[in-house]
Amino acid sequence: MAIQAQEIEDLIRAAFPKATITITDLAGDGNHYAAEVIDESFRSQNRVQQQRSVYAALKGKMDGPNGALHALALTTKAPE
Amino acid sequence: MSDQQTEIQNTVSGNDVVLFMKGTKMMPQCGFSSKVAGVLNYMGVEFADVNVLEDDGIRQGIKDFSDWPTVPQLYVKGEFIGGCDIITEMTLSGELDQLLDEKGVGYSKDAADKIREANA
Repeated sequence: MAIQAQEIEDLIRAAFPKATITITDLAGDGNHYAAEVIDESFRSQNRVQQQRSVYAALKGKMDGPNGALHALALTTKAPE
Repeated sequence: MSDQQTEIQNTVSGNDVVLFMKGTKMMPQCGFSSKVAGVLNYMGVEFADVNVLEDDGIRQGIKDFSDWPTVPQLYVKGEFIGGCDIITEMTLSGELDQLLDEKGVGYSKDAADKIREANA
């Protein structure tokens, strides 16, 4: 089951309203995406904490064989 | 804690470096797992590999254990370090070297430098 880039962005946006979010469809198959999320809230967090909160925003889309998203390469950081 | 979670805890506690992955370090079965295992192999880090594809209980259990939805997952001295993206970033930034130094885990600094040179 594929997912649209816009849907991924919307889910992340709901949790991080002010973030800079860039979604790239890596393979053009709606299954392999890269997401870069830049948000002020990340400043005090380590990478595990940052990415855990992005995964939480995706609400189970990443989960297992039934998840819509097989592969999401995540980059998270605070604004420069 | 369930038996499953106890078993995972014992594995994580009983090995300095553990990679939960799809496939084995000699034969990875997913690109993300392959990438992390490849970095560790190349850097000469000794690590235990756990193939989550061989056990559905561990495959789900490790995600509950770390509250992290994806595999691979790297643990060093009992601490969850991250998945493929984090390990890649840390390798290229030198933070992985620093972490291994701090934790007293052996690796080849030359090999780590070569990875960074090749990706500069």
